[in-house]
Parts: sequence; C-alpha cells; structure tokens
Amino acid sequence: MVVKHVVHIALFAAIVAALGLMPPIPLPVIPVPITAQSMGAMLAGSILGARRGGLALVVFIALVMIGMPILSGGRGGFGVFMGPTAGFILSWAVAAFMIGHLTERSWSRLTLARLIAFNVLGGIVVVYGIGIAWLSLVSGVPIDKALYGSAVFIPGDIVKCVLASMIAMTVKRSYPVIRR
Amino acid sequence: MTLGLHLPGDSVIHRLPVGWKIGCLLLASTGLFLVSDPAWLALALAGVAILVIVARIPPSVMARQMAPALVILAILVAVQAIFASGREALELGLRFGALLPLACLVTFTSRVSDMIEFIERITAPLARIGFDPAAVALALTLAIRFIPVLFQLMTEIRDAQRARGLERSPLAFFAPLLIRTLKMAHEVSEAIEARGDPAPPDGPAGRSRANRK
Repeated sequence: MVVKHVVHIALFAAIVAALGLMPPIPLPVIPVPITAQSMGAMLAGSILGARRGGLALVVFIALVMIGMPILSGGRGGFGVFMGPTAGFILSWAVAAFMIGHLTERSWSRLTLARLIAFNVLGGIVVVYGIGIAWLSLVSGVPIDKALYGSAVFIPGDIVKCVLASMIAMTVKRSYPVIRR
Repeated sequence: MTLGLHLPGDSVIHRLPVGWKIGCLLLASTGLFLVSDPAWLALALAGVAILVIVARIPPSVMARQMAPALVILAILVAVQAIFASGREALELGLRFGALLPLACLVTFTSRVSDMIEFIERITAPLARIGFDPAAVALALTLAIRFIPVLFQLMTEIRDAQRARGLERSPLAFFAPLLIRTLKMAHEVSEAIEARGDPAPPDGPAGRSRANRK
C-alpha cells in the first residue's frame, strides 16, 4: 500500500476521533447542536473513496476497541462493542465504504443531489439497517420496536447527510483526492 | 493531552497478557449468549464483580464509562418487560450487566501499546494475502499521534470562524479542516518517505512510484 494512502487513512481516523472530543457544533435554524462524529463516515467515504474511507473507519473502530475514549461522550474500549448499540458504530465502516464506492463510480459527473442520495443510502440506510438488526439480535427486542426507538435520530441524520455532502463538494472543488 | 482508558495497576488481571484477556472476553461473551438460565447469568455477574474488585478498578470510574450503555440497557429491559416477559427482561439485564463491566475491565487493565502489538501479531498471517501488518501498526500509531494535532487544529478553526461570526456555519468549519488535513497528509507522507520506507516494495523505483501518486 502506498505510504500516502496509509497517512490518509490514519489522519481521517484521527479526524473522526477528534470530532468526538469537540463539543457539539451549533447549527443554523435547528436549535439542537449536533455531535459531528457520525458525519465522519460520510466525509471519509465521499472524500477518500471506498477503500481509504472504509479503512479510515476501520482504524477508528480499532482505536476505540483498544481503549481510546474517542466516541462522543468520552466512551471507548471493549465495553462499547459488547453493548447493545455496537452495530451502529461498526456499521460506520461499511457505510464509509459504500458511500466511497458510489462516489468513486460517478466522480466525474458528481452533483450535490447525487452525493446527498449516496450519503443517505450509506449514512442512514446502511447504518440504521445494521444498527437495528444488531440491537434486535443481541437484546431480543423485536425489530419494529428497535426501529421506532431509533427513528427519533433520523431527522438529525438527514441534516448531517446534506451538510456532509455540501462539505465534500467544496473539498472536491479545491482539493480532489479520489482521482488525482 | 493524555488519551486512553488504561488504569495502571499490578493486579493479576493487569499482568495477564492482552491476548489472553481478549480471548477470555470472547469466550465469556459467547458463553453468556448461549446460557439463558437467570441463575447462571447471576452467577456470571457475581464472578465479574469479583474480577473488578481483584483488579481494584474504582466503582466510580467503572460507572462513568458504563453509564451511557446502562441507560440504553434500562430502556431495552423495560421494553422487554412490557412486551415480552419478566424473565426475558431479567435475562437481558443480567447478560449485559455482566458483559459490559467485563469488557470495560479488559480495557482498563490493558495498555494501548500492548493492544497495538497484539493487533500487529494477529494480523501478521494476513501478509500472505497482500496485507501489510507494518502498515496496520503505522496507521494506528499515526492516528493516535494526530488526534491531539487535529483537535488543536479544530479548536483554532472554530475560534477563527467565531471571530468572523461564522460559528454557526458547519461549512466554514469543515472545509478548512479537511483541506488542511489533506495538505498535512501530503507533508507527512513525504516526510515518512524521505526517512526511508522500512521495506520498499521494489527498491528506489518503488518509492518513486509511490511519490508520484
């Protein structure tokens, strides 16, 4: 693997980690500040592409696992992955890979609308699909009840998809990474 | 800025090799999902409590780390108690009640550096399918090294945008953050290559190919 790719992976993992340490960012219009960490998978995928984006989140997950308190709220360690909501964190790697794959495929004709669609698909459909399935499987709570319980977070996550896509489009214009 | 959940100590559990601890955790978690008798699950919970005492982990530290997961667990137990049965709710509560502190115990008693060494060791066989264990260790240590650097960068950008009245604009925060990180990645990779690749793929030619990327 090219050294630069390893560095990209490591630095994006570090961004996702540092976002977990930052206080939440206030938003225009919406009164609730957002924890920006869950945008990490979307940004890594749509800026670095499938392989590097997915691996950046794998490295981030590995850092959490080996005991770095870098999930928002200062959580970390094996306890996170033995908890019932582990699927949501683990799904970030899959989401970043998928967003990256779709972004790479339409890189030369990428539009904001298209990128938002990719981020919704990866950042919401994949994340909630894996997260809810995991929750239901390990806790025995029926899947529909797990879905209702998680649904309150979906509107906020749609806002994050739009934001992440706008940010990635700006970065693409001034510093494109995927096909250089 | 120090990071890491490790709590130094010299208990038996602290001294146990990391690989053993992770192995035991995996076995215990599998076991806890196979067992459904509340009596056995309660026994497992008591066993975990003894281990936590043996390792001298302060209960307050343990509680702080487990609190968010316990809130979710309490909700799930309530859902099961209402929609399924009391027994199923009890099983769920005991199972995760034992598993969560056990997993935290492994984290508290293990050094991050030992964990990285362990990951490097278990990923070594993957070299045969073109996976580089040295690259894995490099990615992990670089990421750890750069967390405080990026945190610093984020704080600077946030302060700068606040001075411009842009504190509520996520774009004004993320765009400079990402572009500066990508530039930093370019400099760091050049610095690593200048110091020499520990194992160049195919001599100097391999390195210059990497440079062109």
